[in-house]
Amino acid sequence: MLRRATTLLTRSTIPLRARPFSTDVAETAPADSTFSDAWKKVVPHIDPPRTPLTFMKPRPVTPSSIPTKLTVNFVLPYASELSAKEVDMVIIPASTGHMGVLPGHVATIAELKPGVMSVHEGADVTKYFVSSGFAFIHANSIADIIAVEAVPLDRVDASLVQKGLAEFTQKLNSASTDLEKAEAQIGVDVHSALNSALTG
Amino acid sequence: MASNAAAPFWRAAGMTYITYSNICANLVRNCLKEPYKTEAISRERVHFAVSKWAEGKPEKPTVRTDTPEA
Repeated sequence: MLRRATTLLTRSTIPLRARPFSTDVAETAPADSTFSDAWKKVVPHIDPPRTPLTFMKPRPVTPSSIPTKLTVNFVLPYASELSAKEVDMVIIPASTGHMGVLPGHVATIAELKPGVMSVHEGADVTKYFVSSGFAFIHANSIADIIAVEAVPLDRVDASLVQKGLAEFTQKLNSASTDLEKAEAQIGVDVHSALNSALTG
Repeated sequence: MASNAAAPFWRAAGMTYITYSNICANLVRNCLKEPYKTEAISRERVHFAVSKWAEGKPEKPTVRTDTPEA
């Protein structure tokens, strides 16, 4: 039974033709050479059309040493708040708690809860209240943060927040169906997050 | 694959993530100070008409709008 043990142990455990992971994308966009050659034969005086792949910027390489700055892309559906901005740290309100992201952070996908996001660049701190969204932190110290609504804290009206909080706490107590309870709970969560953002 | 990790309360109540996210965004917009609030609300207005088609012809459209009837 153990006669073949040595053969089994020394055999390589990696399958012979291991498929590459989808995260190891080629660094330069491939241009289809057979297509361009066939095109040039038929229409030599016009440049071959570009394919969608050639328009895409190749994924930036994961550097071997940890970069000194984090590149942040912070986008909203209607505007790009920060676009490839180099910062020291961002603190994002993930659903698992406030998470500080430094350059060299492990690749993470975090769902955001309503809360304050702060961007630290040297001595400046810019704070935004984010309604909800996602943060994608890549292995090459690029962070893509997407939110539906994000406002600087000085645009929030404290009295409206208090009114909303009171109204939704009231609705939560009087809610009957699951859906009403859920909506009231969301209202309470968002308003209390706004409240603590204004006071904290 | 792990079976149903504890679903968030809104998922358990039958709400999708997009609905949750839109509700949160609307609540935040309603708590803004004046010029920003009207700007945000007017930015998010939608107006569209949907009609079902039957036998190659459109039926009466349902109009969904946030703009007040003029």
